[in-house]
Amino acid sequence: MNNPNASRKYALIVGVMLILAAVYAVKLFSLQVISKDYKEAAKNNALRQITEHPDRGLIYDRNDSLLVFNDAAYDLMVVPKELRTFDTADLCRILDITKEDLIKRIEKASNYSKIIPSLFAQQMSKEDYGYLQEKLYKFPGFFVQSRTLRSYPEPIAAHILGYVGEVNDKTIEDDPYYKMGDYIGISGIEKAYETELRGVKGQRVVLVDVNNREIGSYHNGEEDIRAIPGTSLWSTLDMSLQRYGEQLMQNKRGSIVAIEPKTGEILCIVSSPSYDPNLLVGKARSKNYTMLWRDSIKKPLFNRALQAMYPPGSTFKLANGLIAEEEGILDANTIYNCPGGYQVGSHLIGCHHRGGTNLVAAVQHSCNTYFCRAFYNIISNKRKYPTIQEGYTAWRNHIVKLGFGTTFDTDLPYEKKGILPTAEYFDKRYNRSWNGNTVVSMGIGQGEVCVTPIQMANMLAIIANKGYYVRPHVIKAIGSKDNLNVQYMDKIDAGIKPEYFEPIIQGMEMAALAGTARGAQIPGIRVAGKTGTAQNPHGRDHSVFALIAPIDDPQIVVFCLVENGGWGAAVACPIASLIAELYLTGEVKRKGVEENMLNLSTK
Amino acid sequence: MPLSYKHSASKGFDGRLILYYSLLVTIGWLTIFSTSYNPNANLGFSFSLPYVRQLIWIGTSVVLAMVILLLDARIIQHYSYHLYLFCLLLVISTFFLGSKINGATSWIKIGSFSIQPTEFMKLATAMALAKFFNEGKTTVEKRSMWLIAFGIILTPAFIILLQKDTGSALVFLSFIILFYREGMTGTIFIFGAIAVFLFVFTLLTNEIYSLALLTFILVIAWIIDRKDKKKIIRNIIIYVVAIAFIGAVNIGYNKVLQPHQKQRIDTLLGKTSDPKGADFNLIQSKIAIGSGGFFGKGYLNGTQTKLNFVPEQSTDFIFCAIGEEWGFLGSCVLGTLFLSLVIRILRLSEKQRNPYARYYGYGIAGIIAFHFFINIGMTIGLVPIIGIPLPFISYGGSSLWAFTAMLFIFIKLNDN
Repeated sequence: MNNPNASRKYALIVGVMLILAAVYAVKLFSLQVISKDYKEAAKNNALRQITEHPDRGLIYDRNDSLLVFNDAAYDLMVVPKELRTFDTADLCRILDITKEDLIKRIEKASNYSKIIPSLFAQQMSKEDYGYLQEKLYKFPGFFVQSRTLRSYPEPIAAHILGYVGEVNDKTIEDDPYYKMGDYIGISGIEKAYETELRGVKGQRVVLVDVNNREIGSYHNGEEDIRAIPGTSLWSTLDMSLQRYGEQLMQNKRGSIVAIEPKTGEILCIVSSPSYDPNLLVGKARSKNYTMLWRDSIKKPLFNRALQAMYPPGSTFKLANGLIAEEEGILDANTIYNCPGGYQVGSHLIGCHHRGGTNLVAAVQHSCNTYFCRAFYNIISNKRKYPTIQEGYTAWRNHIVKLGFGTTFDTDLPYEKKGILPTAEYFDKRYNRSWNGNTVVSMGIGQGEVCVTPIQMANMLAIIANKGYYVRPHVIKAIGSKDNLNVQYMDKIDAGIKPEYFEPIIQGMEMAALAGTARGAQIPGIRVAGKTGTAQNPHGRDHSVFALIAPIDDPQIVVFCLVENGGWGAAVACPIASLIAELYLTGEVKRKGVEENMLNLSTK
Repeated sequence: MPLSYKHSASKGFDGRLILYYSLLVTIGWLTIFSTSYNPNANLGFSFSLPYVRQLIWIGTSVVLAMVILLLDARIIQHYSYHLYLFCLLLVISTFFLGSKINGATSWIKIGSFSIQPTEFMKLATAMALAKFFNEGKTTVEKRSMWLIAFGIILTPAFIILLQKDTGSALVFLSFIILFYREGMTGTIFIFGAIAVFLFVFTLLTNEIYSLALLTFILVIAWIIDRKDKKKIIRNIIIYVVAIAFIGAVNIGYNKVLQPHQKQRIDTLLGKTSDPKGADFNLIQSKIAIGSGGFFGKGYLNGTQTKLNFVPEQSTDFIFCAIGEEWGFLGSCVLGTLFLSLVIRILRLSEKQRNPYARYYGYGIAGIIAFHFFINIGMTIGLVPIIGIPLPFISYGGSSLWAFTAMLFIFIKLNDN
């Protein structure tokens, strides 16, 4: 059969096909060449940016023992945009959460960002992680990210090491480095050295398939940025000394601060009661923090070494003796007679010994009369300072130069300044009518002045160094042991000439040999010591002790304060000397003393 | 009839068709390899791997092609009805023997292989129609001839529709090209276009608007043709039929179509947007193709298709992989190849002295063109998602065998 229109129809059919093909080509051209949306979408679709969290820097003690290290933990992340219907009951079961909780978490993540991964469940156990990993394909939009958590081989130095926690909203706003769910050092070394410890976050771009499985790296990993692990730190702390100090302070309240005087390096810094730093790690952190924070009896979060303010007691006499010498009020040969007390109007400041006393003996016997007179003479030196205000201010300036009434501003967390009243304060309080005797109790470390244990320890370092101090700090080296932390290494002049230290040190040695501080003696080592008994209006006096050893070339100064410990000689003195003994000799031979102190409870 | 190969009439098999075929099959296999290729795993040789299986089907297809070329063309012509009936029986048998794949019960499992009788049904229908036109036109009167012709294509289409394989059923519409070539008036296409317009318009708005539009057109037509009573009556009849059609669309859309089919139509018409749900396939498909750019990402470098973002990426959506890896340029090359193949078949058909060969040629050209336009169209969002394979390219034995047989029977007929 021959169709008359055949060739026309053939042409029409072919023509329609070509027109259709042209339409398709236009559509393809707009899809593939003109539109950019699909290229962008393809990237989001198949590529996932995974933040590589660097391992936080490790923290070693001065002898390369690990104080802080990292442990692996697994976080479940969610990308809200990639979510699809999944078995919520199953996921709830695996994570042990309620469905409401699950919905809330997804909403929170969605509000933050639809495309940036958000933390969904923190720190799953290894078992949960393993189980979930196998089932992950069932939960599109979820993936697991491994991270590290802080871990502490020994439960010591909690206050000074500080802790790490999730970054808060304000920090996220202020610092673009941080993203929701990141960790940041919140206190202590972790906070002070956050930029060193945190390292640099990396980024891995991986290909994922539609079932949410990682297939491999993108472009052979050429676009990946490796995370740079945090810088390790070497602390000035001596781990064994720190451990020992905390053991000795068990069942007591108070503080020990030991410093290497030449360098200002803190060898141990104990605040008791303390807590196990492992409590403030990971999932349980906020719960445990609340628990510690609510403990109003022990106040374990309170760092007594830096924040507790005590009347310094007799140990403050050392400072006043030095200032009196520097001010020319007295010298090593000046003798004051002690009639058994210092009379202030109708009030007598009693003293345990009597007779003519020179500076060495005054230190040895902790003579109240001597130091009251010295203090009175300093601030009432009319030839030099016409008014009491000028005299007092001169004394106060000396005290500030000795490191009191101020903070060191090094890497120590939350230091307190203590209390050191100004002349204006007394003017106000006594309506401008006051004199040397009004404030004379400050001469023996009582009255208005309050200091922190670290300030006292620093004063001991000044005595040991005969005139200067290096601000106390806890980080010795950054990155490698040879790369010293130079920012706190400068020597600061205390404003007292070196020769004035001789009688003070001599008096302290005498105290240890035949005075109030006999319990401080360490076999084979020349020790200088000074007891103190800080008056406590709320109960039993605080036991205070200051120690320098060895005298010829001081390696350690120790300040110890035990609240409600009574006489300085009773508790603080043996504890401080045990610390010095362990540090200087590497072992404690006086087992009896040690046992007494370990078992002693002041609660 | 002797089964011997008749050498005398041979003018040589059409080299161009064989070249196009070889190119398309090769592109298909390379693409299937790419979609299942995992750069992080070793190349394996296992019969479970799609590209290994496809290789087997290509090999068997070549054998099949050679067997066809060795057959006597008259045998093919003679057994057309037999094959049609046999295939029809196979298709019907899937009701009893078939296993469900993707919601359709159109597969018969033989061992670890499944065959899809519908693929062969298309071929057999083309042959039966050709035979019918060849013999029937002289014996049957015109009107009943068209009825029987429609019967030949609608019977299998209807059975396949019952098996919920809408896509394959729609393929039988492609024989319209043959009907048109063989004398059906072009008016049917105009009516078809109006029908499609009304269909889309009704679904996009609602039947009230369609009614208003039709009435408006009727009034205009009345004013124009007010002197010609005959035309007015004709217009009114068209108006009534159109209203009936709108009603049918409504009922058909709401009552007959499966929810997922409604969803696909809605998606295409832009009525709903549900990127994570029903629209997922289309969006992923467009992303894959769109991300290819002008030159493509390069062979084996596709991310979307390699990472299974695109569903059915080696079968119905295989064009995504080509679009992604070869870009606009590669897509055009593929399109040109298909068009060249179809137009070549049509051109050769026109030259046939044996009408059977011409009818057959138009039949299969229509089938291949329909597959091509619908398949590519659905991946780029021009037509609803209808699950039919891209001839010669898509993964699958039944489809490859059926299209190979389809083409090589034509090559053989052309040779005579």
